[in-house]
Amino acid sequence: MYRYDQYDQAIVDARVAEFKEQVGRRLRNEITEDEFKPLRLMNGLYLQLHAYMLRVAVPYGTLSGVQMRMLAHIARKYDRDYGHFTTRQNIQYNWIKLEQFSDLLDDLSKVEMHAFQTSGNCIRNISSDQFAGAAADELADPRPYAELLRQWSTLHPEFSFLPRKFKIAVIASETDRAAIQLHDIGLQLRKDESGALGFRVYVGGGMGRTPIIGQVVREFIPVGQFMSYSEAILRVYNRYGRRDNIYKARIKILVNELGIVEFTRQVEAEWALLEPLGLDAPKAEYDRIIAQFAEPTYDLAAPDTLDLSDPDFAAWVSQNVHAHKQPGYAIATISLKPKAGIPGDASSAQMDVIADLAKKYAQDEIRVTHSQNLVLAHVRKADLYAVWQALDAADLATPNLDLVTDIIVCPGMDYCTLANARSIPIAQKIAAKFENDIEQQRDLGELKIKVSGCINGCGHHHAGHIGILGVDKKGEEAYQLLLGGSGAEDASLAKILGPGFDAEGIVGAVDKLIAFYRSARTNPSERFLDTYRRLGAAPFKEAVYG
Amino acid sequence: MPRILTGNRLETGDVLYWNGSDWSLSIRDAVAIGDEGEELVARLTAEERINDPVLIEAEPSSQGWRPRTTRERVRAFGPSVRADLGRPDISVESI
Repeated sequence: MYRYDQYDQAIVDARVAEFKEQVGRRLRNEITEDEFKPLRLMNGLYLQLHAYMLRVAVPYGTLSGVQMRMLAHIARKYDRDYGHFTTRQNIQYNWIKLEQFSDLLDDLSKVEMHAFQTSGNCIRNISSDQFAGAAADELADPRPYAELLRQWSTLHPEFSFLPRKFKIAVIASETDRAAIQLHDIGLQLRKDESGALGFRVYVGGGMGRTPIIGQVVREFIPVGQFMSYSEAILRVYNRYGRRDNIYKARIKILVNELGIVEFTRQVEAEWALLEPLGLDAPKAEYDRIIAQFAEPTYDLAAPDTLDLSDPDFAAWVSQNVHAHKQPGYAIATISLKPKAGIPGDASSAQMDVIADLAKKYAQDEIRVTHSQNLVLAHVRKADLYAVWQALDAADLATPNLDLVTDIIVCPGMDYCTLANARSIPIAQKIAAKFENDIEQQRDLGELKIKVSGCINGCGHHHAGHIGILGVDKKGEEAYQLLLGGSGAEDASLAKILGPGFDAEGIVGAVDKLIAFYRSARTNPSERFLDTYRRLGAAPFKEAVYG
Repeated sequence: MPRILTGNRLETGDVLYWNGSDWSLSIRDAVAIGDEGEELVARLTAEERINDPVLIEAEPSSQGWRPRTTRERVRAFGPSVRADLGRPDISVESI
């Protein structure tokens, strides 16, 4: 994985020193909160319901074991012994103290990590496929390109004050595990007729208040020119994106208002001016970064078989393990959705276990998924049983990937100042109905439930097969029910089914939906989403509302 | 409905309640604020040591003050999903 050079480290060190001084000035009352707030937000520090919340960037969701151990240390020393992995492949801490923040930043920077650009109207953490570099179906590892974008976008002077935040995702497979069509820019690596690598470029996708699926602005841009092309998109957005209304400031609104044809024309015109200026990284820089994502040294003699005689292990393999491109290896997903747990949360002790396993069995590398799980991407099949046993001992081996209890949830009103309703308890109540019966979960098959505590949609409710949105109804928590969303390659937006519910009612409604689905599917392999798409909303509505 | 004064300590982010002469970590110590509330908020805002000082509605109960909104009850008692992180003297059940 990528290691900082002296420039990367110098940038982080300078920014940390700058923000430490700003924190000191605030604590000495030399600047007001109004002056300090935008500075702390640009460094990932929010003030939430109970305390300061820190969001640490995990570029394209890739961590080393050393970095994971530092995240565990931060949880222990500066927080309340846990962290929360987010739908942006980052990690958040909920109980940070400003007076300790300078020491925390120093600790983070020791392992090439920081928190800037995890908030503010700038280019946020670049996200990617959690199986990058290991997936059997990818053209190439997408992370070198994500890393180039990270470097390009870090403290980019022109794009530090965009109309609104900006999110980019990069993948290299036909299978979309990063929801690229729901990003401001989505980049999909592909080959042209000559076999050359380039990107299909989606623009204007997003969730939140106005969910929109991205549109293709260019079918193919050679990899050597994708940075200048991205710059052209950002320039058009920065120039014409609305700044008069925060709710209409994302690029998706601009694309929608201009139309994709006119937006594309403007981007191409801008790019025609930019491209000759030599903004793209030289080939040597591409080569330098790609070399840092070189394939691990595989054990070519590793056996390609598994002993599945332990039924619990077999269930975990069946659900949480994916094919690796290298025979003898596998990709293991660590569920952070245990029974009665909080989706995405991990204790410091669990983080240490995962770091140890990564070092011993998985090339010292860990991935964070946008579904709030973790991944060991390169595990010898011969080591998989030992990995599972260690995970099981740490309550990290729940075999529920992509099943009804693998629910994406934002922190909701248990933590977040923006939330209108609690989301975690809703997920827990739904999961409780199924979590003691893994066979029932497996029978239901892939079923993605996503819960947000407000319209901002951090819980991706618009991309849920079943989406739940918490709202405020005359001072009471209420929940809207949406159906039919997908963040995958078959992207679609979930639509509201009918009137909302209270907390108990929404759990009962989900129960009815699932019961109807079981009765209506044509065969056990027809997913909930497939049944919904086949039948439409009406029978589901009838099942819920009568 | 009576009003009480709350805010967050600058240095720690801790949720605080005004007890009449100082700040307390527990809503049990809060006192009802009368017409002097707005003036108090203005003074505290100007002093810049407490973030987001605000008057909230709360009613007295056998368990102490019960804020009107769920949001403020969660602030006062801690995350409803982590009873171990809540105030030791108040049950999260009361959210």
